[in-house]
Amino acid sequence: MNIAVFIALKHLLSRKRQSVVSVMGIVIGVAFFLAISSLMQGSQKDFIKQLIDSAPHITVSDDFRAAKRQPVSAAYPHGLIDLRSVKPLTETRGIRGYKKILEDLKSMPGVLASAVLTGQALLSFAGKDVNVTLNGMIPEDLRDITTIEDDMIRGSVDDLIADRNGILLGQSLMDKLSLSFGDNITLAASTGQVRVFRIIGTFRTGRSEYDEVQAFVDIKRVQSMLDRTNRANSIIIKLDNPDDAFYFSRDLEARIGYKSVSWQEASEDLLNTLVIRNIIMYSVVSAVLIVAAFGIYNIISTVVMEKHRDISIMKSMGFTASDVKQIFLIQGIVLGIAGLFAGLPLGCALMYALMQVRFKPPGATEVINMPLDWSVPQFLIASAFALTAAILAAWLPARKAAQVLPVDILRGGM
Amino acid sequence: MSVLLEARNITRILPGEIPVTLVRDVSVSFRAGEFISITGPSGSGKSSLLYLLGLLDKPTQGSVLIEGRDTAAMDEEELANLRLERLGFVFQFHFLLPEFTALENVTLPMRRLGKLSEKERRARGEKIMSELGLGDQLNKLPKQMSGGQCQRVAVARALANDPVLILTDEPTGNLDTVSSKVVQDILKNLAHQQNRAVVAVTHDMNFAGMADRRIHLVDGKIV
Ligand SMILES: Nc1ncnc2c1ncn2[C@@H]1O[C@H](COP(=O)(O)OP(=O)(O)OP(=O)(O)O)[C@@H](O)[C@H]1O
Ligand SMILES: [Mg+2]
Repeated sequence: MNIAVFIALKHLLSRKRQSVVSVMGIVIGVAFFLAISSLMQGSQKDFIKQLIDSAPHITVSDDFRAAKRQPVSAAYPHGLIDLRSVKPLTETRGIRGYKKILEDLKSMPGVLASAVLTGQALLSFAGKDVNVTLNGMIPEDLRDITTIEDDMIRGSVDDLIADRNGILLGQSLMDKLSLSFGDNITLAASTGQVRVFRIIGTFRTGRSEYDEVQAFVDIKRVQSMLDRTNRANSIIIKLDNPDDAFYFSRDLEARIGYKSVSWQEASEDLLNTLVIRNIIMYSVVSAVLIVAAFGIYNIISTVVMEKHRDISIMKSMGFTASDVKQIFLIQGIVLGIAGLFAGLPLGCALMYALMQVRFKPPGATEVINMPLDWSVPQFLIASAFALTAAILAAWLPARKAAQVLPVDILRGGM
Repeated sequence: MSVLLEARNITRILPGEIPVTLVRDVSVSFRAGEFISITGPSGSGKSSLLYLLGLLDKPTQGSVLIEGRDTAAMDEEELANLRLERLGFVFQFHFLLPEFTALENVTLPMRRLGKLSEKERRARGEKIMSELGLGDQLNKLPKQMSGGQCQRVAVARALANDPVLILTDEPTGNLDTVSSKVVQDILKNLAHQQNRAVVAVTHDMNFAGMADRRIHLVDGKIV
C-alpha cells in the first residue's frame, strides 16, 4: 500500500465516529442531489416531450414575419417624396404553391410534412352552439405526422381514411354536448355551408382546452366548406430528430418566405423558464453538497491542527511537503468516495420511492406517476460534484499541513 | 576517518523587529565513530544548532556539508532525502505517531524510502528493536508503553534507514535515572560499536562526560 494511503487510513480509522459523521454529510448530499435532480430532469423531459408531441415540430403558416415593403420605398429608400396612405396589396390567404413546397419537404430524409387547412365552424347540438376548430388534413398524414392516434380512446384515424365524412372529436367536447360515438353532427361554416359529419373517433390528450375545441376531418371537406378548394393555410412538419427543428425551420423560412415556427420558438418562454428552474434547482442541491464538504473540511482541518507535531516529526524523518499534502488530500478523497458509494444507492432508493408517488397534475384529467429521469449524466454529475467538493474541502487544510515547519513546532517543545 | 558532517562558520539570525541571533559563527565537524555532546545553559542555542546540523533549518550565513556535499543550494526534496537516508533524530519527547504500533513507527522511514519489501522491512524493524531490548513490544501502541520504552522505540526509528549521523536533543531529559542510563549506553554504543557519529545535546553532565568530545555553547557561540 502506498505510504500516504496507509497513513491517511490510519488517521481516519483512529477517529471513526467523526469520519462516519462527515461521510454521512456526503451520503445525504449525494442522495438528495440525485433525487431532486432526477425529479426535475424527469419532469422537464416529460414536459418537453409533451411540448414536442402536442404540436407539430414546425408549423409553416400563410403569414410573413414582416410586412412587405412598398415597391416605391424599396426602389427609392432615400427618396425626397414620401408617399403616404398607400394601401398594401391584399394577399390572397393560403400558402402559394404549397404542393411544390410539400413535395420538396417530402423528398428530404427524416422529414414528414403535410398540408393543413384550418377553419372555424359552429357545432349546434341539443340547443347548444359551440365553436370548433376544424383541422383539415389528409387522413394518412394525420396518422403519420400528428400524435392524435396515441390519444384515441375510441375509433382510430384509420376509420377516417375509410369514411371521408367522419370526424374525430375530443372526449371533453362530447361530454359537454352529451354526444356519443357514432352520432351525426351538423357543422356550419362562416361561408354559410353546412355539412353533416359522423363521429367515428374520440380522443383525449389530457389538455382540456385542446380537447374541447379541436376536431379532425378530411382536408377536402374543409376546403369545400370554406370555399377554398385546393388551398392550405399551413404546412406542418415532423422531424425524426425534434431537436433539429429550430435550424430547419429557420432555413426553410429563408427559402420560402412564409413564416415558419419551430416548437422551440413557439415555446421559447417556457424553455427559458426551465433554464431558470434548473439554475435554482442546481444551486439548492449544490448547497447541500457544499455544506457536506464543510463537514469534510472540518474533520481534516481538525486532524491537521492536532497533528502538527506528527507532521513535524514526519518531515524531520524525511517526508516532503508533498508527501504530507497527499496524506490529507487522500483522507478527503476517501471520505468523498465512501460518501459517494453509500449515497448513490440511497439516492436510487429515494428515487424509487418518489416514483411510487401518484398524483394528478393541475389541468390534467389522469392520475400519473412522478416522472423520474434515471439517465447516467445525473449520476455522473452527482459523483463529480461530491468528489470535487470533498477534494477541495481537503485541499485547503492539506496545503496548510504541507506548510508546517518542523523547527517551529520542535522549538515550541511540544 | 572521513568527515560525515561539517559546519563552516554558520550563523542563524531570526528576522524580526528585534532580530534574534540563535547561533553565532559556529564551525564543527563530526567523524564516523565519534560521540559528541553539546552542552550549555538554557537558551544558549543548543537546539537551534542541532536543527541547523540536521538540515531542518537553514543558516543565515555559512554552510553545512554532509559527506562533503554542500547543502546550501539543495531544494526541499533533496534535503528531505538526505534526512531520510543519512540522518536520524531523537528528541526530548519520543514523538511516536500515536496511531501506529511500535514496529509500524520504526518501519515508517523504511516505507518512505521504499527500498525494502514489506517482509524485509518487518525483519529489519524486529532486529533493530530486539537489539534495543524491545523484542516483546513490537505490536504495542505508544500509549501502552513506558516513557523509557517509547524513547528506545524513537531511537530504533532513528536507526531505521541505517543513518551515518544521529542527532539527539536531550534524549534522556524526560526519563528516570535507570531508563536514562539505558538510552545513554545505547547511544554511546551506536557511535563506538556501530561506527556512526552521534551528537547529543544534554544538560546531564554525567552523560556529557561519556562523550569523546564536548562542545559548550554560550549565547550561540562555542566557548
Ligand atoms: N521563535 C523564536 N523567536 C524568538 N526567539 C527564539 C525563538 N526560538 C528560540 N528563541 C531564542 O533563541 C535562543 C536559543 O534557543 P534554543 O532553543 O536553541 O536554546 P537551547 O539551548 O536549546 O535551550 P534549552 O536548553 O532550554 O532547550 C533562546 O534565547 C530562545 O529564547
Ligand atoms: Mg533545547
